[in-house]
Amino acid sequence: MKTISVNGNSLKWEQNMTINVIIGKMNYTFKMLVVKVNGELIKKTEYDMIIIPAAADVRIIHLISGG
Amino acid sequence: MLKDEFFSKHDPGIISALRSAVVGIAGAGGLGSSVAVSLARAGIGKLIIADFDKIEPSNLNRQQYFINQIGMPKVIALLENLKQINPFSDYQMHEIKLDEKNIPIIFKDVDILVEAFDKAEMKEMLIEIWLSHFPQKPIITGLGVAGYGKNELIHTKKIDNLYICGDEQTELQEGISPMAPRVGIVANMQANLVLELLLKDV
Repeated sequence: MKTISVNGNSLKWEQNMTINVIIGKMNYTFKMLVVKVNGELIKKTEYDMIIIPAAADVRIIHLISGG
Repeated sequence: MLKDEFFSKHDPGIISALRSAVVGIAGAGGLGSSVAVSLARAGIGKLIIADFDKIEPSNLNRQQYFINQIGMPKVIALLENLKQINPFSDYQMHEIKLDEKNIPIIFKDVDILVEAFDKAEMKEMLIEIWLSHFPQKPIITGLGVAGYGKNELIHTKKIDNLYICGDEQTELQEGISPMAPRVGIVANMQANLVLELLLKDV
């Protein structure tokens, strides 16, 4: 089975997997995010466009208010 | 003479690296004003600081301002305070609301950028702009600073050139407000990390 890593957790990889698909599978509900895949920034406008390859290292950082 | 005395407690080996450093601070509220004070005391050569806000009485619960500065633009008041602490560094202040157009211009010469905004959507915008324009330059964000206690949850994390300081979970909400100790801890973790990154090859 091919997998990807999402914030250190293993997730089954599927064809045509986008960031929005991954967010749905992880049940992430937060809206303010920074996403990096294999060290590269994925912009918000690309969450539905870029296809994530198998074995990718996906980091989804939840931005929260306060400062 | 006073300048030499100011630096007399600094390790001589690190002074030139500190003096040649340029650090950006985006926001001059709870995080930003405290980061600025610590980095001024550390003797960073130049700080570039931007904020559009004016000081309100409620800011004094955690921000590095005083009663007689209420109503002043934060960057003007902060400049006064930094000069009182360390008049030997260079401070470039911008009274402006940061956006995707002006961020790459205002902060283009910094070695490291400190993200010190309050609102999550501003943090998101700044980090995305920074990583797309300057992926080779570190950015240090403060995430999860509200409330009090829970020292053990506060940490630092590195994701390539994006560094996170905070607990990454305590959000502002009804009943959880930002307070001086926890905001100050995270601000000083950001400032401490700035020094570590600047001095890692010294």
